[in-house]
Amino acid sequence: MATKQPELTVDMMGVRRTSRWFVLQYRAAPYLFVSPFLILFATFGVYPIGKSLMLSFYVTNGPKSAVFVGLENFRFMLSDPDFHTAVWNTAVFAFWSVFLQLPLSLGLALLLNSIWMKGRELLRLAFFSPNLLGQVFVGVLFSVLFIPQYGLVNRFLHFLAGIPLDTKWLANPDLVMPALVLTSLWMYVGFNMIYFLAALQAVDRDLYEAATVDGANAWYQFWAVTLPGIKPVAVFVLVMSTIGSFQLFELPWIMLNNSAGPDQAGLTVVMYLYQTGFVAGDLGYAATVGWSLALGVLMISLFQMRVTGAWKGGAD
Amino acid sequence: MRTFIRFVRSFTNLSMLAFAVLTLTPMVWLIAATLKSPDDLFSYTFFAPRLSTFHFRDLFTTVPFHRYVINSVFVATTMVMVQLFFSSLAGFALAKYEFKGKKPIMILMLSTMMLPGQVLMAPLYELIYRMGLVDSYAGLIIPGAVSVFGIFLFRQSILQVPDELLHAARIDGCSEFRIYWDIVMPISRPMIGAFCLISFMGSWNSFLWPQIILHNTDRFTLPIALNQLVGLYQQQYGTLMAGTFLSVLPVIVLFMLLQKEFIAGLTAGAVKG
Repeated sequence: MATKQPELTVDMMGVRRTSRWFVLQYRAAPYLFVSPFLILFATFGVYPIGKSLMLSFYVTNGPKSAVFVGLENFRFMLSDPDFHTAVWNTAVFAFWSVFLQLPLSLGLALLLNSIWMKGRELLRLAFFSPNLLGQVFVGVLFSVLFIPQYGLVNRFLHFLAGIPLDTKWLANPDLVMPALVLTSLWMYVGFNMIYFLAALQAVDRDLYEAATVDGANAWYQFWAVTLPGIKPVAVFVLVMSTIGSFQLFELPWIMLNNSAGPDQAGLTVVMYLYQTGFVAGDLGYAATVGWSLALGVLMISLFQMRVTGAWKGGAD
Repeated sequence: MRTFIRFVRSFTNLSMLAFAVLTLTPMVWLIAATLKSPDDLFSYTFFAPRLSTFHFRDLFTTVPFHRYVINSVFVATTMVMVQLFFSSLAGFALAKYEFKGKKPIMILMLSTMMLPGQVLMAPLYELIYRMGLVDSYAGLIIPGAVSVFGIFLFRQSILQVPDELLHAARIDGCSEFRIYWDIVMPISRPMIGAFCLISFMGSWNSFLWPQIILHNTDRFTLPIALNQLVGLYQQQYGTLMAGTFLSVLPVIVLFMLLQKEFIAGLTAGAVKG
């Protein structure tokens, strides 16, 4: 809770502070402190939001020329097969992020939360470390790890599962998405695990003891104590990782050598936005795609919060 | 039964260890690749028997790599300092003062936090273009100078500073800014560490906006410079890997120093005690 303004003109511990300057700077302080933020936020946050709404009704050529076209941008976007590909690819990627990555993260977190597990600190560090590299550098690294013949991935999977050594992950349209999912799995499993782990550690230990006394088995404990305990964080992770997945750009862009890949198998919505808006130069269209992305992501987030029941008593 | 449980536990422990090793393998491979000589690149999967610094030398002689390092360090540290100052100042105001307009500000911040940044890219570019800041670091840094996430982070941690402490300082004649500078900031040290690392990583790894804004190769930061090397070096990948290794090293070193604070800061918004 924020504090009430103390009465400055009244004696506090016997010292009197009544100088006009002192009172003035006290009253002005909060406004001065938030003003840099407010000015920047208004200029580079609020103004662009309004402007991009407007831009989305224009066809532009670079930042200089703009022609009003009404809803033409939206109509074109919805009928553009490239956009359909981009949405499909992004949705598939988001699907795997949620249904493959998050359960794995939670599983790791549960194991790392068990007191009998040895070397928990080091394991946590190891799982988390790929996230430090950042998408661009991970993209560069994996573009080499996925090369045919000599790439580490092929060597490893050849040894383990007998896949052909010349498997061309990034040149075969069917394998581009698995490669992206695998890379993002490597990068983000440990990241999401950190959140689950923090949530697990915040669950009241007494609840487990009470459950044990009541004769609840491990499975029941998980459903009755653990899951409700970590639910707010789980929903947070779910929503954030979905939003993150829908913003996928760097990984495919770098791994596929600044392209959408074979048969556009790695084309994502943000890549589509970048190509149409900044490579082809139609900023108005980029704004249209951006707003569509925002609306789509918002709807999915609200849907997720609704389904998980996190959105009943308002935000918390 | 007890031996069975012990067996399962040791097995799980071993699996986790194997999984951790698997996770670390790409990074070990990366280090090995940078230290191979060009002739050994395809003959050894990991470390070659004779180590070579060829790729590091190649990196600095064939491209102005030191230039990109300097650029990235400059951009990232400026960004961190500017973001730190503005975010903590606003976070302090939102945590410890009652003033008109506080509620609307908080609501506005919360509602824009969900908005994907790409929505703003087109109008931001237009704005930066009209301000004449295309191809400059100002165009890179100014739009990102405040972090809404950072403000929330600092508000959250500054809320815990006892009011009595601030009152006592006022009685001693401390101005509000000195309270911020001499009391609030030193107390918030763990959060500062976490925020610096999060903000540094964000700026250091940032790709799309620099790619749009920067045109002159002399101004390139590491991510966009390295991206250009990918096409050139995919087959003779040693130099590329040396560049990648040097690019990720600063973040890893910073993380080692600030590990505890970082994890606490990362999860501060999600988990409330």
